[in-house]
Amino acid sequence: MAPETSTQIHNIGYRSYDGPRLGRAYARTSLFSQSLRGAYGLGRSAKSKVLPMLLFAVMCVPALIIVAVAIAVPGSTDLPIKYTTYALTTQVVIGLYLASQAPQSVSRDLRFKTVPLYFSRPIERVDYVVAKYAAMASAMFILTATPLLIMWIGALLAKFDFADQTKGFGQGLVSVLLLSLLFSGIGLVMAALTPRRGFGVAAIIAVLLIPYGAVTAVQGIAYSTGNAGAIDWMGLFSPITLIDGVQTAFLGATSAFPGGEGPSAGIGFVYLLVALGLIAGSYAALMARYRKAGL
Amino acid sequence: MTVIATESLSKRYPRVTALDRLSLDIGPGVTGLVGANGAGKSTLIKILLGLSPATEGSAAVLGLDVNTHGSAIRERVGYMPEHDCLPPDVSATEFVVHMARMSGLPPTAARERTADTLRHVGLYEERYRPIGGYSTGMKQRVKLAQALVHDPQLVLLDEPTNGLDPVGRDEMLGLIRRVYTDFGISVLVTSHLLGELERTCDHVVVVDGGKLLRSSSTSDFTQTTATLAVEVTDSDAHPDGTTALRKALTEAGLTLHAGAEQGLPGAGHILLVEATGEHTYDTIRDTVAELGIGLVRMEQRRHHIAEVFRDNDQPAYTAQQKGAGSDGA
Repeated sequence: MAPETSTQIHNIGYRSYDGPRLGRAYARTSLFSQSLRGAYGLGRSAKSKVLPMLLFAVMCVPALIIVAVAIAVPGSTDLPIKYTTYALTTQVVIGLYLASQAPQSVSRDLRFKTVPLYFSRPIERVDYVVAKYAAMASAMFILTATPLLIMWIGALLAKFDFADQTKGFGQGLVSVLLLSLLFSGIGLVMAALTPRRGFGVAAIIAVLLIPYGAVTAVQGIAYSTGNAGAIDWMGLFSPITLIDGVQTAFLGATSAFPGGEGPSAGIGFVYLLVALGLIAGSYAALMARYRKAGL
Repeated sequence: MTVIATESLSKRYPRVTALDRLSLDIGPGVTGLVGANGAGKSTLIKILLGLSPATEGSAAVLGLDVNTHGSAIRERVGYMPEHDCLPPDVSATEFVVHMARMSGLPPTAARERTADTLRHVGLYEERYRPIGGYSTGMKQRVKLAQALVHDPQLVLLDEPTNGLDPVGRDEMLGLIRRVYTDFGISVLVTSHLLGELERTCDHVVVVDGGKLLRSSSTSDFTQTTATLAVEVTDSDAHPDGTTALRKALTEAGLTLHAGAEQGLPGAGHILLVEATGEHTYDTIRDTVAELGIGLVRMEQRRHHIAEVFRDNDQPAYTAQQKGAGSDGA
């Protein structure tokens, strides 16, 4: 008889799986959480954590400084800048974040042809698009809302008026939510057009910056020639001025437009419609893009 | 029980007819789907996964209609695409876990099944390294693993031996065989290399130009035209056993082929004998016994399903090494 201590090789044969299969909704949620984590480099290599984390930190530092100033300066009754102004001032950081992470989220799947593997599983095209869009928008919201949260907590620590601050904070949150949806939509459409990540990055930066540059230049000219009406309408043509217009009209923000007037509620309604139209259009464009990207 | 059933299934694109009234009835086991490039194999797989509606006709997978139950089918079916589909910057484990969750497995089960499946396809320590550094053979195993990880009832494998060297190809074919015999998962495997399916499959379906050319069990295919590979030892009486046997078999009235396996190690010691029926086996056995040499092996060789294709002048034996460029790294 063989001694009990002798080495044995255990061949564990194939075991079948009888557990639960959670189906389509669960798969969609899994894709959402994987994409959202991926947007901050979590679950990816150490190298890919650097940029998103750095940009996140860069977004938060000014808010901390603002809070420090507000608390340190004696007799102050309000934060030095409004909640709604914060995203406008930091738009370059937001743009860089979008340009770096949107291609990461969708171009990779196209480039390495992983998309067919997703569509060979219970999810449908709509699930893929919704999960990716929601993940990108959530990542953008985390990026833009966290500094506002810091400012709000700081303002409460400084014992500023609670009702005022909370109202401003709420308005800021609505504004960055709209911004997150709009920017993510534009960024994902740009990124999904090309499997090349570099092109995606360049295209997103171009779409965010070139119209903004053009719009502010024309607005500047209109202002100096005294044509105030043109200033309001020009703002429709770049993403960030679109947000500016909406929040000036409805969310008590101070416009960054020349003259600081911003659109009235009437024109502001057009701004809101255009912004919502762009969000819906981005979604439709993504759906159309993945019609052919299946197998 | 029927695993895949199609009834006059057609798929027409504006300029080309990919499938033309294809009616199939495929049972459990390993089924080979053979056809040249463009014969409609991939189109059929797309339709079976419920991803592309058929122009006319109907199809059912595991008893579920592809038009109405696509999602349910995809939950029970695994798919391994022909092309590269792996992101290079994640490890095989991370990737397969993610794909398991995409198939609906809860997180813990996804991890356990991933570890099991990767082991079964033969990936061990390397599964923690980024996929970008894998050889073609290892990548094919990862692709197979992601198709099996959710323990499907059926896997659709699109050209799984593409780009593999002969040894890798044999290993992959062995693995595919085990998927059914050991795991109990039915397999539909496509290939344009007819020979390799003979040994692996229970049943072979040949399509060409979207039409069914032939559908029968592998034994039917090879019965009349099988080739036997015979290898013998040398003995004191016959220092060159192979030559002696060649001479004796020719005298016994059997047809011997010229060595078709040049380039493979030991090819010179293998005799290829045309089997015309059961008696051929007996003749070889008796001849070897008379010579007093040892019979190392006598096995059926891949061959001659190609004859089905001969009218359509398909280069069935072109050794295709398309994926060679992605080796190494």
